[in-house]
Amino acid sequence: MTVSLSNPLVMMVAKRTALGFLLLIAISVVIFAGTEMLPGDVAQSILGQSATPEALANLRAEMGLNEPAHTRYFNWFGGMLQGDLGTSLSSGSDISEMIASRLSNTLFLAGWSALVAVPLAIFLGMIAVHYRDGFIDKFISMTTLAAISLPEFFIGYLLIMFFAVTWNLFPSTSIIYEGMPFLDQMTAIALPCATLTLVVLAHMMRMTRAAILNVMSSPYVETAELKGLSPFKIIFHHAFPNAISPIITVVVLNMAYLVVGVVVVEIIFVYPGMGQLLVDHVTKRDVPVVQAAGLIFAAIYIFLNMFADIMAIIANPRLRHPK
Amino acid sequence: MSDKLKQLSKEVAKGRMSRRDFLGMAGTLGVALPFASSLLSQSVMAAGPKKGGNLVLGLVGGSATDSLDPALNASQVPFHFGYCWAETLVETSPIDGSVTPHLAESFEAEPGAKVWHFHLRKGVTFHNGKELVADDVVKTLQRHSGEETKSGALGIMRGIEKVEAAGQYEVVVTLKSGNADLPYLMSDYHLVIQPGGGFDKPDAGIGTGPYQVEVAEHGIRYMGKKYAGYWNDSVGHADTVEILVLNDQTARMSALQSGRVHMINRVDPKTAKLLARMPKINIENTSGRGHYPFLMHCDKAPFDNLDLRLAMKNAIDREALVKRVLHGYGSVGNDFPINKAYDLFPTDIKQRVYDPDRAAHHYKKSGHSGPVVLRVSDAAFSGAVDAAVLYQQQAAKAGIKIEVKREPSDGYWSNVWNVQPFSASYWSGRPTQDGMYTVGYKSDADWNDTKWFRPKFDKLLIQARVELDQGLRADLYREMGQMVHDDGGAIIPMFNDYIDGVSEQVQGYIKDPAAELSNGHSLIRCWLA
Repeated sequence: MTVSLSNPLVMMVAKRTALGFLLLIAISVVIFAGTEMLPGDVAQSILGQSATPEALANLRAEMGLNEPAHTRYFNWFGGMLQGDLGTSLSSGSDISEMIASRLSNTLFLAGWSALVAVPLAIFLGMIAVHYRDGFIDKFISMTTLAAISLPEFFIGYLLIMFFAVTWNLFPSTSIIYEGMPFLDQMTAIALPCATLTLVVLAHMMRMTRAAILNVMSSPYVETAELKGLSPFKIIFHHAFPNAISPIITVVVLNMAYLVVGVVVVEIIFVYPGMGQLLVDHVTKRDVPVVQAAGLIFAAIYIFLNMFADIMAIIANPRLRHPK
Repeated sequence: MSDKLKQLSKEVAKGRMSRRDFLGMAGTLGVALPFASSLLSQSVMAAGPKKGGNLVLGLVGGSATDSLDPALNASQVPFHFGYCWAETLVETSPIDGSVTPHLAESFEAEPGAKVWHFHLRKGVTFHNGKELVADDVVKTLQRHSGEETKSGALGIMRGIEKVEAAGQYEVVVTLKSGNADLPYLMSDYHLVIQPGGGFDKPDAGIGTGPYQVEVAEHGIRYMGKKYAGYWNDSVGHADTVEILVLNDQTARMSALQSGRVHMINRVDPKTAKLLARMPKINIENTSGRGHYPFLMHCDKAPFDNLDLRLAMKNAIDREALVKRVLHGYGSVGNDFPINKAYDLFPTDIKQRVYDPDRAAHHYKKSGHSGPVVLRVSDAAFSGAVDAAVLYQQQAAKAGIKIEVKREPSDGYWSNVWNVQPFSASYWSGRPTQDGMYTVGYKSDADWNDTKWFRPKFDKLLIQARVELDQGLRADLYREMGQMVHDDGGAIIPMFNDYIDGVSEQVQGYIKDPAAELSNGHSLIRCWLA
C-alpha cells in the first residue's frame, strides 16, 4: 500500500488529526473561560481565612493576577504549545514536573485496570455468546450489569468495608510512592483496580457479546460449524475478528474513562493521581495547574477517541483497500 | 485484688494487654471505672515511653499546594508536620495553658512589658549540624515581619518594633507598645526557628525538631526520621513518623480501623460514637477554644439596632445546637469568644439561655419587620446549614423570621464572611484572651468580623495588655467579656471539641486545648506500645 494523500485512509487520518487539534484549541478556550469564572481568589485561598490585606496584596502582585484575561490566555496557550506548562501559583513549583509523576500514577492504575478488565470482559463476552440465553449468560449479564448500576464510590466503600476493615486483606488507602516495592504497589492498588474493573466490565462485556452474536448468524460461521470446528474455535477465530471494530471502540472509550474519569475513585482510595491533583488545585484556585490538567485530560480523551475511530476504519477491509 | 489490678495495669503499659480488656477485667473485679482508668494512666506514665517504631497519622487538611515554608503554613498537615521538624522559642502547656520554655531556656520582660529578653538553650543543633544561635532567631522573626512577607504570622508580628541579638544566646525583642502576652505570640506555629531565618531557602525543611524531613510529597505523604543530635529526651519516641494526607472522611476512618494509621483528626461528630464502640479504637475529645459563631455586622441595618441583636441572641437554643449539631462533642457558648480553656476566664458572666419571650420583647422594641437573611455554608463549619435551620425554627417561636440562604462553599471566606451582614463562621481561637480580642474585636482589627467599633473596649484591651498584675488583669477581661456579651454582634452558641481517633496501640496521648491531636504534638509526644 503506497502512502499518498490521495489514499482515502491517509486523508482520513490527517483530517481526523487536524480536527482533533482544532477541538483541542476550542477546549483550551473553554477551560480558560471556565477557570476565570470560578468564584474566589487564589491569594485568599492560599493564605486562608487568616490572611491580612497586606499579605494578600503582596501575593496578588507577585502572581501577576492584575493583568487582563486575554493577555494571560495567550501567554498561557503560547507556553503550552512550546511544552511549557508554567509554574504553580500556590507552590511556585514547575507544573510539568508536578504533573509528570501524578500522570504516571494515573496511567499506572488505568493500565493495570485495563489489563485486568479488557481480557476479562472479552473472555466473559465470549463465554456469554457460547452459552447464549442460558443460565451462565444470564448470570454474567446480571452480575456485571448490577456492578455497573452501582455508583463507583459505593462499590469502593463496599470493597473497603470487606477487604480492608473486616478481613484486613488489602490496605484501604492506596498511597504509592517512588521506590515502593512492586509487590507492595500491587497490593496497594488492588482495591481501586477492582473497583474500576467492576465499573467498566459490563459495558465492554455486553458490547463484545452483541458484536459477536451479530456475526454468529453469518453464512461463514455456519460453514465453519458444518466443517465441524469446535464452538470456541468458531467464536475466537471466525466470529471475533470480524466483530472487532465495535469492540475496539467500546474498549478505547472505557480506557479513556479509566484515565480521565477516576477522580472519585482516586479520592476514595487516596490515590495520588491526576484526579486528586486537580481537586487540590481547584480548591486553591491554582488556575495554571487546573488548566494544564484539564488540557491534558482533554488531549487524552480526544486522542483515544480518534484512535478508536481510526482503528475501527482500519479494521474494516472495505476502507483499508479502496477501489 | 487491687494488687492484681495494678499488676494488670502494668501489663497494659507494656503493651501486653489491651486497655479495653483491662477495663473489662476491672469491671468483673468490681472496681469502679474512673478508679481503674486513673490507675491505668498512672502505670502508663510510670512505665515511661517506649522507643522505636513507625508512628503514623492520617490527617485531613493537606493538599498538593502545601509547602514546607513555615510562613505559608495554613492547614492542618503542615501544622502537624512542622512540629516534627522544627521548634518554637516557647510552647504552651497542655495542662494550664501557660507558657513554657522550649528553645528559649528562660525569658523575662523589663517593666512595662515593652522590652523582652529571651535566653536561648545552649547546644541545640539544626539538622544540618549548625548550632542554634541568637542570629537565627533574629533572622527568623525578621522574615515573618518584613513588609513583603507573605507570612500568616504577620498580624502578630506587627506590634514588634525591632529584634536584636545580644551576644550568642540572647535575643532582645522591643515592642511598639507593651504586651504582657508576647511569649504566647512566640509559640505561634509559623514562628519555628530556621537556620539563618530561612532567608536563602524558606522551604528547606531544616530545623531543630526531633525528626529530620525524609519525604515531603505535598498532598500525599510525609515522613520524618529521628534526628540523632536532638536535645530533648522527653519527646520524639518513635524511630520514624509518617503523615498520610487523607482528606476524605471515610478514608480516614477506614485507615484507622484497618490499622494503616494510628491516629486521625476531625472525626465526624455524627459517627464518633460508632467509632468509639469499635475494639482497639479510642475517641479523644478535647474542649478547645474553637467556636462556631453567627456574626451580625453592628454597623449595618438592621443589626445596628441593639434590640434586634439582643432579640437574635435570645432566640437561639444553645443546648439544642450542642446536642444536635455537635452530637454532644462541645459546650455551650455565651456570646463572647472566651471559654474556660483560656487563662483568666471570667466565670461570673451570666449564661444567656433560650428565652423566646424575651427575644419577642426585644424584637418588638427594635421595630424591625420582615425576614432576617442569614447566609451559611458548610465551609464555615461542618453542620452550619443544619445549625442555621435549627436556629430558624427556634427563632420562629419568638416570632422572628430568619431566611436561611445557602452560599457556595467555594469562595465563602472571601465573598460572604466579613462581607455580608449576617453569616456563619468559624474561629479557631487564640492562645490568650488578648490575642482573640485583638484579631477579632478591636476596632481596627482586620477581622473585626462583627464590625463592632467601641473605643472604650479598645482602651480596656490595651490597658489589660500591659497590666502585669493578674488580679487587675482578670477584672479588665471580665469587663471586656461583659461588653461583648451585652453589646457585641457575635452570637456564639457553641464551642466545639476537637475529636481525634486514637488506636489502642498509641500511648502518651495528652489532651491539649490549644489544638487538635495534642496541639499538633501527637507525633512527638506519643509512642507505640
